[in-house]
Amino acid sequence: MLAVENIVKRYGDHLALDGVSLEVPKGKIFGLLGPNGAGKTTLIRIITRITGPDSGRVLLDGHPMTAEDVVRMGYLPEERGLYKKMKVGEQALYLAQLKGMEKREATDRLKAWFARWDMAHWWNKKVEELSKGMAQKVQFITTVLHQPELLILDEPFSGFDPINADLIRQEILRMSAEGTTIMLSTHNMGSVEELCDHIALVDRSHVVLSGSVKDIRKQYSNATFRVEFTGNAVAFANALAYHGELLEHREEDGACTARVKLLHGATLNNVLAATLPAAQITGVREEVPGMHEIFIRAVSNQEPATVAVGTTE
Amino acid sequence: MDKIKLIIWREFITRVRKPSFLIMTILGPLLLVGGMVLVSFLGMQENGVQHIVVIDKAQLLTNKLKESSDVKFFYEQADLSDSVFKASPYNAMVEVNPLVLENNTIQIFYKNLPSITVQNYLSKEIESVLEREKLRLNNVDPDTYRKIKTALKVQLFDIEKAGKQSYDQIKAGLGFGFGYLIFLFIFLYGAQVMRGVMEEKQNRVVEVLISSVKPFQLMMGKIVGVAMVGLTQFLLWVALTLVLGTVGLSFAKDAISGEAVQQPAAQMTTQLQEQLGDQAPAVDTPGASAEMLGVAMQVWDELPVTWIILLFLFYFLGGYLLYSSLFAATGAAVDSETDTQQFMLPITVPMIIAIMIAQTAVYNPDGPAVFWCSIIPFTSPVVMMVRIATGNAFSHPGELALSMVLLVATFFFTTWLAGRIYRTGILMYGKKVTWKELGKWLFYKG
Repeated sequence: MLAVENIVKRYGDHLALDGVSLEVPKGKIFGLLGPNGAGKTTLIRIITRITGPDSGRVLLDGHPMTAEDVVRMGYLPEERGLYKKMKVGEQALYLAQLKGMEKREATDRLKAWFARWDMAHWWNKKVEELSKGMAQKVQFITTVLHQPELLILDEPFSGFDPINADLIRQEILRMSAEGTTIMLSTHNMGSVEELCDHIALVDRSHVVLSGSVKDIRKQYSNATFRVEFTGNAVAFANALAYHGELLEHREEDGACTARVKLLHGATLNNVLAATLPAAQITGVREEVPGMHEIFIRAVSNQEPATVAVGTTE
Repeated sequence: MDKIKLIIWREFITRVRKPSFLIMTILGPLLLVGGMVLVSFLGMQENGVQHIVVIDKAQLLTNKLKESSDVKFFYEQADLSDSVFKASPYNAMVEVNPLVLENNTIQIFYKNLPSITVQNYLSKEIESVLEREKLRLNNVDPDTYRKIKTALKVQLFDIEKAGKQSYDQIKAGLGFGFGYLIFLFIFLYGAQVMRGVMEEKQNRVVEVLISSVKPFQLMMGKIVGVAMVGLTQFLLWVALTLVLGTVGLSFAKDAISGEAVQQPAAQMTTQLQEQLGDQAPAVDTPGASAEMLGVAMQVWDELPVTWIILLFLFYFLGGYLLYSSLFAATGAAVDSETDTQQFMLPITVPMIIAIMIAQTAVYNPDGPAVFWCSIIPFTSPVVMMVRIATGNAFSHPGELALSMVLLVATFFFTTWLAGRIYRTGILMYGKKVTWKELGKWLFYKG
């Protein structure tokens, strides 16, 4: 759906993006991750045509993007807001019309959304009379009202309470199921694991990691298994021999849990075969790293000194 | 294009709907006309009949002063002590010293300051009585004196316009009025553009907007929308001032003459001139007001009214567009109103210079400063109006054309410049912007 090729963007002496390329597959939810100041917002602004790249190009369905394509996109910026003195309905209509919608159609769809989220009575209120969460809901509706093919959400959950955040999550999943391609930028790694099919991690103006979430997690897995057994832990460790290394173990009411790292190209089968005579195996589970961990590892690999830069928020 | 229309409409309608717009629209002319009526009313209206005692030891004035419906004279030959005067029913006390024929001086003591009308009436009456007395003492025949007395009238003629009297001064004054309107308009509505841009930036609504429209469209939409608000308000002011002026004038007239008589507009003007005439001794002959009206008619006839109106609109819009784009850029470059000052100064200074030069242009429309300022686009909208009104600009069509072309070219340039600052500035938060920084923004790639 969307492809970014070799984007370079410079602000004075500061190189915001340096040869960034990525591809967002059609109909998928794509997570754009990275520490603060990595260049995510600049990249998003280039994709939404708010600003232009110094070099490189943005392709939409294989064609270089044009000014007319902005109506095919919906964009919820991180820095967002509404005119405080304007009435909710009037303002939503205005924004919809700026996206090229007919007034009548926009009115009908808005009324439907307002009814669905039980906020029809907000129509004639001024935005300044709404709470922050309410205004955010209005803002979300105005972003998706024109049914964009490509939806770009920058920190969509910030400013929402857990109930409303869940409401937004459901809407994202619904629109994705209906075929909308969604690009999501967030610091919330939980929602990345839950929602995203693909991710790209941007750090210091470069893409340092990209691909499907499943592949990336596999790539970052380090052949470590959690083995539960009953029996003698020392016997278990001895039985491991050169197939694996016992990283740590815990014993509780005669039941042991050991973290075993495979060594020398051994497989889980080798380990099990070696340890079965020594202990009663009750469970085995591979330790797959979470996105949180992958994020920190990917970013700190670049330069160990800055491990903690804006990883959570 | 539809999007920019939409933006213009929003900028227009949200401002026009505000209660403050309605209040300003009504209050503006009301204050203007009300102020004028109040001043003339207070100046002319008397607190009942004025009883004036004349202390006339030399018996020069006794029973010779003509009384009017508002002024009654009483005569005394001995001094009244202050306490006696204070206790008396007299409003004012005129002390005529016996040497008045030599030193031409009298003193008026009052309890409440007599109005200008009464003061003028007093001095005129006393003057004419003293004059007659002097004529008698010098054995001069009053008729001879009237023949000798010379009230010089100076008539100015421009040699280029054969046979016609020149009223350049009056026209220049008119032109200054137009220039002043342009000056006001630029400041009032330029500041509104700036505040509008800052509001969008502070609301954080701007990034949502420019994902749908180009920053330049957003800026131009705002500038044009606010211009329409200004023009609407201006037209409403003109209409309301005309209505109120007519009503106010007849009210003022009725209050003064004490009788309600419907008068045609032209006659009313004459009436006003007469009332003004009472205050200004220079035009106090009965013919003066008619003459003034004649001058007004002739000035009107001589002025190429259509051209003036067209050029006024041109400079009005040109000046506004030039400055409002700079105001928009300023609004985009800063985070809050307090930060605007460093950028406001270079915008304000040329405007102040323009209004100062325009003032001198009223007296000297051909001066070099006036010439240059009527060519330079940052001052030309105000200064050129004076030259246009005097007709000076029409006798130098090349200069007028140059000024107009430069204004348009500069408008395009400042708009381009402002557009580049604007699109970077609106997305820039929490950064104290310097001039150097602004310069860099110009060269960022779109």
